[in-house]
Amino acid sequence: MSSTATPAMAQREARAEATWLQRNRMTVTPILFLLPGLLFFLVYVIAPIFQSFHISLYDWDGLGEARYVGLANYEELLDDRNFEVSLWNNVKWLALYLLAIPAGLFIALFLNQTVTGIRLYKSLFFFPFVLSQVVVGLVFSWFYLPREGLLNATLAVFGLGPVNILGDPDLATYGIIAAGLWPQTAYCMILYLTGLNAVDPEQVEAGRLDGAKGWKMLWYVILPQLKPATFIAFVVTIIGALRSFDLISVMTNGGPFGSTRVLSFYMFEKALGEFGFRMGYGSAIAVVLFLIMLVFIAYFLWQMWRDERTARHG
Amino acid sequence: MFPTPIQNRSRAAQITYQSLLPLVLILWLLPLIAVMLFSIRPFSDFGQGNYWGMPSSFEFFTNYGRVFFESDMPRYLLNSVFITVPTVIGAVALSCMTGFALGIYRFRGNLLIFFMFIAGNFVPFQILMVPVRDLTVDLGLYNTKLGLVLFHIAFQTGFCTLFMRNFIRALPYELIEAARVEGVAEWRIFWFVVLPLMRPAIAALSVLIFTFIWNDYFWAVVLTQGPGAQPVTAGITSFNSQFVAQFHLMSAGSIVAAIPPVVIFFLMQRHFIAGLTLGAVK
Repeated sequence: MSSTATPAMAQREARAEATWLQRNRMTVTPILFLLPGLLFFLVYVIAPIFQSFHISLYDWDGLGEARYVGLANYEELLDDRNFEVSLWNNVKWLALYLLAIPAGLFIALFLNQTVTGIRLYKSLFFFPFVLSQVVVGLVFSWFYLPREGLLNATLAVFGLGPVNILGDPDLATYGIIAAGLWPQTAYCMILYLTGLNAVDPEQVEAGRLDGAKGWKMLWYVILPQLKPATFIAFVVTIIGALRSFDLISVMTNGGPFGSTRVLSFYMFEKALGEFGFRMGYGSAIAVVLFLIMLVFIAYFLWQMWRDERTARHG
Repeated sequence: MFPTPIQNRSRAAQITYQSLLPLVLILWLLPLIAVMLFSIRPFSDFGQGNYWGMPSSFEFFTNYGRVFFESDMPRYLLNSVFITVPTVIGAVALSCMTGFALGIYRFRGNLLIFFMFIAGNFVPFQILMVPVRDLTVDLGLYNTKLGLVLFHIAFQTGFCTLFMRNFIRALPYELIEAARVEGVAEWRIFWFVVLPLMRPAIAALSVLIFTFIWNDYFWAVVLTQGPGAQPVTAGITSFNSQFVAQFHLMSAGSIVAAIPPVVIFFLMQRHFIAGLTLGAVK
């Protein structure tokens, strides 16, 4: 017995002699590894969210003295026609942008074959996503040009047109959304292509034996297996819809007559645009946009949290 | 496989499919093809209303040459490189560490911090705009590349941490335990055990972040102005006002601005798509 006790005692002594750092390494290491990234993130992302809430209660031009005005900025929003138009356009963006999901699925189904050159086809279909939104915006605004644009040249062949999509207050927003759908559909397509790749062939075979074909097969066998892809497609599409700024700025700059503004663009215009620096009012708009986004963020996080927990128990 | 492989279908279906593929592709890329065609036309074609007919001459070298030698485009491109590359390095380095901390260690608040990174990643840029601009001005970094880089690193750390942490979670944990039993120090486990295994994740993230940052426009407009620091996405607007209504040059300019991420994508396609579709398959 004594012969077994000696090494254990020696070990205990060694442990007592070990430095504080060595004893607490399981606590200290993660803290040290987290610190730089966390600090950066807190300073540049988390803190500014709260600061914006704070600034939205002030009247401030960004340079001089800020004056506390309580909820006056929010009260002003209620009567602001432009705010109403922007909010309404955001709703249009959200609803129509979601079309990228079925469209992406459709193209993915079309391309999910093994013929020669299909890899190149897939990359070329995906390609619009790699372009910056600025370039997409320029490409589409030239495509829509009433005189020089290819769209009207094509319409003319069928004896239609010409239409000036970006010059028409009723059409402009839809024209911009269509431009946005181009890369977004490509993104959803690639998500679904990856998902389709992982579909369990045995289940498809079993479905075929049960007589499932076409739409039924898609609905009852394939789509349930594509659920993770659909979830991500949903997340990125919602975020993309609410972040729309570049396209509007490049294609119409909010016009004609402010008809294509969305909250993100209107906020920028108020805070940094040519109509003066109203930081407080701009922040109030940003807060509203943030609260809309928060509904979705909460839903996303809740879903992910559930996945985390099942992953841990499973 | 779904849908039914075309090889198992009738000969007619196969021929239809094979001929439909290029047609649909051309339709899909039509707006882009139009711009490419514009960029090789001479200016005189536009004056004569010859937009879509045969170009009267091919001016590929003249047009693209003017983009490179008669505008600020090279400077904007260079700015983009000096903004994008440090951001990629910074964000990937930071998130390797945060991902390691959150993926390997159990401590209170682990999941909370992780979800904070995810949530921050989803917020609209506008809620950050005024404070981040203020902070950048206060640091004396307004209209500098560094100011833009610091913000980009911080913001991208959110997405990168999500990516890295999930990647590290999927590594075999026994490896780390075995190293600990051997008495390997924690930082050496990170450097010699985990980091080498993270190479595919690092490659995927680098390509993705490169594209995201190269294509950023909003922050470029908020934090910089003028050819001194502006990246090419913001510079293209001043380029277009320099050559207003000269569609052949504006088209060439925007193609030049788009090329770097496109090249990266085609070279590193596998990594790019692996990064983008992470989580699309369970």
